[in-house]
Amino acid sequence: MAQVTLRKVVKKYDDTLAVRGIDLDIADKEFVVLVGPSGCGKSTTLRMIAGLEEISDGDIAIGGTVVNDVPPKDRDIAMVFQNYALYPHMTVYENMSFGLRLKKVAKDEIKRRVENAARILDITELLARKPKQLSGGQRQRVAMGRAIVRDPKVFLFDEPLSNLDAKLRVQMRTEIKKVHQKVRTTTVYVTHDQVEAMTLADRVVVMNHGLIEQVGAPNDLYHAPKTKFVAGFIGSPAMNFIPCRLEENSGALTARMGEVSLPLPASRTERYKAHVGRDMLFGLRPEHMTERRPYANGQAQDFAVTVDVVEPMGMETLLYFRINGEEVSARVEPTSAVAAGEVMPLAADLAHMHLIDPKTDKVV
Amino acid sequence: MVDAATETVGIRAARHARPKPSIFKRKSTIAFLMALPLIVIILLLVLYPALYSVHLATLNKSMERFVGFGNFEFLFKRETFWMVVKQSCIFAVTAVLFKALIGFFVAHFVHAIPDKGQRKWRGMLLVPWVIPPAMSTLAWFWLFDPSYSAFNWLFALVGIDPVPWLGDPYWARFSVILVNVWYGAPFFMIMYLAALKSVPEQLYEAASIDGANWWQRLWYVTLPMMRNIISITVLFSLIVTFANFDIVRVLTAGGPIDQTHVFATWAFKLGIEGGDIPLGASVSLFMVPILGVAAIFILRDITKRGNEA
Repeated sequence: MAQVTLRKVVKKYDDTLAVRGIDLDIADKEFVVLVGPSGCGKSTTLRMIAGLEEISDGDIAIGGTVVNDVPPKDRDIAMVFQNYALYPHMTVYENMSFGLRLKKVAKDEIKRRVENAARILDITELLARKPKQLSGGQRQRVAMGRAIVRDPKVFLFDEPLSNLDAKLRVQMRTEIKKVHQKVRTTTVYVTHDQVEAMTLADRVVVMNHGLIEQVGAPNDLYHAPKTKFVAGFIGSPAMNFIPCRLEENSGALTARMGEVSLPLPASRTERYKAHVGRDMLFGLRPEHMTERRPYANGQAQDFAVTVDVVEPMGMETLLYFRINGEEVSARVEPTSAVAAGEVMPLAADLAHMHLIDPKTDKVV
Repeated sequence: MVDAATETVGIRAARHARPKPSIFKRKSTIAFLMALPLIVIILLLVLYPALYSVHLATLNKSMERFVGFGNFEFLFKRETFWMVVKQSCIFAVTAVLFKALIGFFVAHFVHAIPDKGQRKWRGMLLVPWVIPPAMSTLAWFWLFDPSYSAFNWLFALVGIDPVPWLGDPYWARFSVILVNVWYGAPFFMIMYLAALKSVPEQLYEAASIDGANWWQRLWYVTLPMMRNIISITVLFSLIVTFANFDIVRVLTAGGPIDQTHVFATWAFKLGIEGGDIPLGASVSLFMVPILGVAAIFILRDITKRGNEA
């Protein structure tokens, strides 16, 4: 059993707070991804779990034991670094077995474990090579192999795919997921790429400015973000935020955004009532602004826009236009023959809309 | 890397596809022509004196008659020659060993200083290396003075008998080596410091997670990563120290009774002061095979490992 628990963890560098007191419970065998923009404290948090950074305040426990003052080697963790950190003068076999050799594990046991890990990662034929003779993806596998061989309580990944090219990154992402399905170990994974976070995680932790914005399953974060930051960070292209004013007309609510005005679903009336007459932010993802489709539910509302830019992507086409001065994007069918400058009728699926209070940046 | 390999293949293929330019337009020809002035200077300044000294070594004392290996035969029979060989080896090996060790440790200390204060320390520690050795050795010469020197004065304060620093053969050898170490250690320090800085921090982090203590980190990470630079500096310093002239010349001039002579100072004494230039040339030529062998051994090791890291 290896849960990881963070209690009010703080990291201070001189006068700046990198991590401002975060609480997090990671269950045994869970795959948790810390995601956020650079400088949000996610890597620092991971390095504190690893013991590579001292914590300024709070407690970190691994498997129920507080490890604040335990050196990295005694925490029973394994870490995969962004630049792999393979020892260049050692062969792949020596790299993978280094930790075990230091622990004086018996020779045949080392051999068995290295070969097993090599089989899982499909790098058996590389064992005699030096890191220099490997490609980026192969080095990444070796770095993971070095972690697996040690059979640790917790795997820590620090942006492991950032140094790979886009195609390889997608491939290794799947690879990491497969490995975690084979080797069920508690995993903490840091990335700035929200797609990696969504695809890999059991639970995603979104961090910003040294604080946790929201913790949840990938789909929860996607469909029910709690803050404007999470709403904007998860999903690509990002969610549209349009300034709007909430108006009440004989019991029904309307969001007025310049010349476009959308009647809100009746089911939301209770929730939004308190904000009538206020300037709010209307949030809707591009995929929920499409041409009117026959299967659209009753909460789709029509409006028309003048298209500024058309971006055909193959599987879909992105349209850019302005509503109430704000640049907005919409995803339409690739067959749509609209051209820049034309007026396009669109439908907004308001079942997926969010209303954000610009004073608190919270989703209401 | 694989990418680099495919790239070079691509470049080569592209080159073949183009028609060959005339010999005067080829890049390699232009490069050679541009380097030619330097090549000529090197030939004049290095190759000519080297060949001329080989020629000199085959002449008799009055430089009128060809004697072949006569000068070497004469040298091999002299006890002083073998003493100089021995002293040169002791001098070079001991001095380089201590320079390397001291440089290595000091580099670690300096590396541990936070960046802010490091410049200052680096600068101060380099001072011995930037003073012209003939001048700094003169200062050491005064420090070693048997009657009026600072060292013996300090010793007298704590009741130790004065040491004949330059008068006794053993102390004189010690002193010569000490000054050479003092002069040369900063060079090692700065080279090793640069090597230390080039070791990625994450390797140490990976090693500490792998369970390595400070000694194992030094042995399994630092030393292997520094091996090439250690080899190169040791070889380089071995050559320079072996051929050292100024320190021995200023400090002891080879004395007492020729006990501290190294090849260069003895060659100077025989050739310039003694008026037997062919014999002096023979002595200095004798360094070439010794250093050649050392160079081959160390450089072979470097190219072998250069392919890995």
